[in-house]
Amino acid sequence: MELMFTESYHVARADYTSAGHASASIKRQLKQIGVGGDVLRRVAVASYEVELNLVIHSLGGDLTLNVYPDCVELISSDTGPGIPDLKLAMKEGYSTANEMARSLGFGAGMGLPNMKRNADEFDIKSTVGVGTTITMGFHLRGN
Amino acid sequence: MEVRPYHSVRLAKDLCKGCTNCLKHCPTEAIRVRGGRAHILDTHCIDCGECIRVCENHAKVAVTDPLSMIKEFKYAIALPAPTLYGQFRGLQNPEYVIEALRCVGFADVYEVARGADVVTRAIREKLKQPDLPKPLISSACPAVVRLIQVRFPDLLDNVVDIRQPMEVAAHIAKAEFIKKNNCSPEEVGCFFITPCPAKMTAIRRPLGQKKSDVDGAISILEIYGQLLPFVEKMMNDPSYCPATKYGVAWSTSDGEANAVCPENSLSVDGINNVIRVLEEVENYKLTDLTYFEGNACLGGCVGGPLTFENNYVAKNTIRQMVKQMPDIHPDRDVPTSILNKYPMKNDAEILPRDAIKLDDNMAEAMKKMNRMNEIIERLPGYDCGSCGSPTCRSFAEDIVRGYCTEMDCIHNMRDKLKVMAQQMLELAQSERT
Repeated sequence: MELMFTESYHVARADYTSAGHASASIKRQLKQIGVGGDVLRRVAVASYEVELNLVIHSLGGDLTLNVYPDCVELISSDTGPGIPDLKLAMKEGYSTANEMARSLGFGAGMGLPNMKRNADEFDIKSTVGVGTTITMGFHLRGN
Repeated sequence: MEVRPYHSVRLAKDLCKGCTNCLKHCPTEAIRVRGGRAHILDTHCIDCGECIRVCENHAKVAVTDPLSMIKEFKYAIALPAPTLYGQFRGLQNPEYVIEALRCVGFADVYEVARGADVVTRAIREKLKQPDLPKPLISSACPAVVRLIQVRFPDLLDNVVDIRQPMEVAAHIAKAEFIKKNNCSPEEVGCFFITPCPAKMTAIRRPLGQKKSDVDGAISILEIYGQLLPFVEKMMNDPSYCPATKYGVAWSTSDGEANAVCPENSLSVDGINNVIRVLEEVENYKLTDLTYFEGNACLGGCVGGPLTFENNYVAKNTIRQMVKQMPDIHPDRDVPTSILNKYPMKNDAEILPRDAIKLDDNMAEAMKKMNRMNEIIERLPGYDCGSCGSPTCRSFAEDIVRGYCTEMDCIHNMRDKLKVMAQQMLELAQSERT
């Protein structure tokens, strides 16, 4: 399928001051493209969660927005540390967030479940020592 | 039929120097400087009046109706915004202001604070319904409602479908006056005494109503000087006031939230703060909230650009006055019969005013977005406003929309000139040898 629009954002590890900028930019651009309604709001929620996961848990990574004629895709790809037990990580309430993140109100263990709930398609692949890639798809029905 | 756009906020061409003050402060990026003066984009302007506040040359003005307009009606009813009370330092009772309004020529006065009491009850009834969107967003500040139309169209379903206090007050005032005086509706005109241009626009282009019940808006600034001598004369004579302290407090930030839903509400003032919180509402981050009150002006309506008194002093005046009023909530003071007798609900839908989309066709919009991002890469990113657009990003947007060209960026133009000058020099030298 033809890729019509793409943009990537680098998200640095533990950069709490810029956290949320990428997802805010994604939301603004989607509005300008003409994506609205429920899809826009679900992408906004999921992109925020995934961006914060990059800040809190990863060693840094990239968040990419791809827009196809009938689908919005978000890909988060980091360079580590990787998730040892994916099943446990996907469980609501489970979190490995450190003190710093918790002191800022994060670490409720709802990030990944929230992404999965908001995306129409959700895929996560992780290798310890290599990194994690999350791919989310959002269908553009009659948008 | 297409409704022609109307804005109370206008430009006084002769006074505009083409500086970038308003350009940089407009919360919806509705201003461009072209040909040496500012232009307001009809599609983006929400009539909040921020530009009126920041313009050093007084080139941004609010068009309101002159006081002389009340003579066009046999009977004119004044609808004072409770903010008006906050203009008179040390005022202990709204009744003096109401009396003063009669003295300057109004046949009758109906407090918009009373309208706010009635609306408080209507919204509290509404809040009893199950499955309401969360949070329900106040419709009282027209600038905020228009902000939602323009920037957060998905939140329009959250906006409460109850009329504004000004409209409810106008409808009741007219109906009661006609009944009491046995006159015809054409003989009676209702005039809102307004703290802001946003309300003026809401009268000419109603939000959620087919037609406004208000016939004109007179700015507080215009009427203040005429009321002052009468108010000062009466200051020593206390009497009865029909609105509750809750209705009067709607003029200050948190007044509405405190009346409507003290249990679980949020009140935000200042248009940029409102934008920040609405972003969160849009991202489903405030779904545990029942009610949201947003005011475009700092401090609430007392911070309106057409007020006389500084908003902090006005807020204090209101607070001190309200302290002396009996603590009767509209729940007890407004009879249910009023809610059934007069129209409370909107009779028209509030539609999105999409000013964000780059193109109606999504594929085209994405092409433009790609081009826009390429252009942004080439711009210096100073956001200086010299090109006439508020930021480099909006400049790139204006280029893809076809309103200007990249050479309008003076920084890029200078670099290009340097290269050209060098080329010309080389050319000149090569001919000499």
